[in-house]
Amino acid sequence: MNCQGLIVELTEYLDGALDSSVRMELEQHLAKCQNCRIVVNTTRKTIEIFCNAEPAPLPEDVRGRLHDALIKRLEHPRPSKL
Amino acid sequence: MARLNVSGSAPLPSSIVRDDEGALVAAAKAGDARAFEELVNRYERKIFRLTKHITQNDADAEDAMQDAFLKAFRHLGEFEGDSRFYTWLVRIAVNESLMRLRKRRPNHFSLDEPVKGEEENIPRDLKDWGPSPEQRYEKKELGNILSKVIEQLEPIYRAVFVLRDVEDISTEDTAQMLGISISAVKSRLLRARLKLREMLHPYFQGSPVH
Repeated sequence: MNCQGLIVELTEYLDGALDSSVRMELEQHLAKCQNCRIVVNTTRKTIEIFCNAEPAPLPEDVRGRLHDALIKRLEHPRPSKL
Repeated sequence: MARLNVSGSAPLPSSIVRDDEGALVAAAKAGDARAFEELVNRYERKIFRLTKHITQNDADAEDAMQDAFLKAFRHLGEFEGDSRFYTWLVRIAVNESLMRLRKRRPNHFSLDEPVKGEEENIPRDLKDWGPSPEQRYEKKELGNILSKVIEQLEPIYRAVFVLRDVEDISTEDTAQMLGISISAVKSRLLRARLKLREMLHPYFQGSPVH
């Protein structure tokens, strides 16, 4: 496998969804290519950073309007319409 | 802190409030407003983040979130429990968000657009970030950086990235929610991940930026 082939398989590799034979080829390339190791590590880190980021609290006014709308609906439920 | 307060509803057993989404959904389906309240409290931040990521517009994001919860409540009887309640809720919120995005940008937004220019997938920045790049920034500052870079992604990449990597929705469910093929999800996810990596690079490589 070369650097271009690694990019093609990168998403499946990071998701742990590669066939073992392709994964072995990819890891053999990684062992000898520092640039590809950096790409794999920093792409993995990119996913982790977004995945671990906690959602910000809802602004109070947004939360107030959401809950007011829900209270209105919960107190006066309408029949389900498809 | 709970905000919803529907008169006449009894407090939930604390064990349900703590950890059991299935029990909460069952109680809400049986008409227990406090159980639905707990589901809203649990997911409102995540659903607002999702609708904001997809619509990139505060007013649309708020409307989409509000309508998603109202629709979820109205159609709760149709939820069959073959997936997680949260995944079902995400599906509704994605629909609401895409509807508003298409309305706002009718000539600029198509999820069916093919991914062009594979040469754009060739990584350019090849310096490592070190072991813990996120430790360089305070939580709030990091949150601002992440919002800023994800806003720069085109909607077709952003929606796929947010569903697959932020919300941890499967490739198949992402394809179904967005009405695109599984191979389109995969090619967009690759492009999105690489673009975000490039955009985060200036913040995380070399010396701290701030």
